[in-house]
Amino acid sequence: MLEVRGLNKSFGGLLAVADVSLRVTEGDIVALVGPNGAGKTTLFALVSGFLRPDGGTVTFAGQDVTGLAPHLVCARGLVRTFQVVQPFGRLSVRENIAVGAHLRFAERGEAMARAATVAQRVGMSHLLDRPAHALTVAARKRLELARALATEPRLLLLDEVMAGLNPTEMTEMIRIVRGIHDGGVTVFLIEHVMQAVASLAERVHVLNYGRLIAEGAPAEIARMPEVIEAYLGHGAAERMTAHAAGGSR
Amino acid sequence: MVALAVPYVLRSDFWLGFLITVLLFAALGMAWNILGGYTGQFSFGHAAFFGTGAYTTAVLHIGLGLNPWLGLATAAAAGGLVALLVGYLSFRYGLRGSYFALITLAFAEVLRILANSAEFTGGGVGLYVPLDLGIANLQFADKAGYYYVALAFAVLSLVVGWMLERSRLGAQMMAIRENEDAAQALGVDTFACKLKAIVISGALTGIGGAFYTHYYLYIDPGIAYGPGVSVEILLVPIIGGLGTVFGPLAGSAVLHGAGELARRLMGDAPGLSLIFYGVLLVVMVRFMPEGLMGVVWRIRRRSETQADA
Repeated sequence: MLEVRGLNKSFGGLLAVADVSLRVTEGDIVALVGPNGAGKTTLFALVSGFLRPDGGTVTFAGQDVTGLAPHLVCARGLVRTFQVVQPFGRLSVRENIAVGAHLRFAERGEAMARAATVAQRVGMSHLLDRPAHALTVAARKRLELARALATEPRLLLLDEVMAGLNPTEMTEMIRIVRGIHDGGVTVFLIEHVMQAVASLAERVHVLNYGRLIAEGAPAEIARMPEVIEAYLGHGAAERMTAHAAGGSR
Repeated sequence: MVALAVPYVLRSDFWLGFLITVLLFAALGMAWNILGGYTGQFSFGHAAFFGTGAYTTAVLHIGLGLNPWLGLATAAAAGGLVALLVGYLSFRYGLRGSYFALITLAFAEVLRILANSAEFTGGGVGLYVPLDLGIANLQFADKAGYYYVALAFAVLSLVVGWMLERSRLGAQMMAIRENEDAAQALGVDTFACKLKAIVISGALTGIGGAFYTHYYLYIDPGIAYGPGVSVEILLVPIIGGLGTVFGPLAGSAVLHGAGELARRLMGDAPGLSLIFYGVLLVVMVRFMPEGLMGVVWRIRRRSETQADA
């Protein structure tokens, strides 16, 4: 469904994404993890058309979409959400979601009706007439998801939808994301919360300093020395093994 | 209905003149509101479209004898065309916020200087439309005729605003105002959408300029393209309420009502109106950022909550 090949992007002298190649198969839930500043959001921005890559290609549903404008990428069925939520503050929840729905429905009434249906899928029906700026963090995260969903995507890029949620809200969000996936949408998500990654994703890609350093199932990833080192620093894997060995003695 | 009966009841030329100004600026304010209030692109140079409309009909009428009614239509086309040019250049290069405001101001100023020096615009002297009374000529013996034209223009603008609020384009425009990146992520072609907004706005403003020409039968570069027009146009929706259908009408009534009062009290000293506009703008932005419609809305909500209790 999505194929990224040899993608490069640098800002000044900083190489944010370096020769990244990965594939997201239709029907999967794939996670992208890595320490802060690893280039995860940049990679999403490159895939969704917000940034133009310096090199490499992005293929979506068999078509080259490299450097295509975001609204055109979205029209083809690839939509992203933002890590820092970007609600249309003075518009109501219904109007917010309707903006997404208008991509497929020209008529105002249809888009508004569609918005209500989507709101139900993410558990926001009771908030439809609330202005977006008056929502809690958890509700804003859901709104971000609902708007994206209203564009009827085939592939959904979720940028840290769990961040800032308490455990109850997170469980609920995991359920929602799984529901969207069951509805036939392929999901590619950036996530820091390992619990969420473990319970949602079938495959995980690990990014560090702009490069992919590992790929595998969530349980495998957590045991890989290079991944542990990326998060905890050089030599951490060795020390942990030593510590574990010492502890068992 | 009430609006249609006004000239039969109100037989004072002064008050009809006042209402004509209110209606004209309500329409112009709505034109600005489409770009500034709904789409969030603040223009400081709507004079560029106003003046182009005013000069288009004046030049074509005086030079080629074009009918003034057709003049209104050509003025709309000319205003829309200049808006397309300004919009294309500024939005293509991603100008936003104060940069967009400055570029529109610059365009209006350039046009003012051109109108001042060009031959066919009559230079600094301006153009006089010859007196030739007759409905076909958009010239009326009394103010009632002009009143109806201004009323039709105001209704047209309000209907355009009302329709936008209920359309996809309107929803997308408001999304751009609130957050352009998010709008783009949701499939909104922000460039095309902003272009449509500025063209609609420019076309309506052009009609206003043409009406001005045929109402006063005179136009010069300062009136047509001067910053005074731009400021007067943008004050209307800011006072009335940005991004609302009835804001411009309320704003225009208050602005010109207060302006008239100030003139009566303090005499018609040159520059007085500009000082007055400046003070009004500061007061509005400081104490009523949502404009008159925001106040109406707040009062209505308060009475509703009281009714609930």
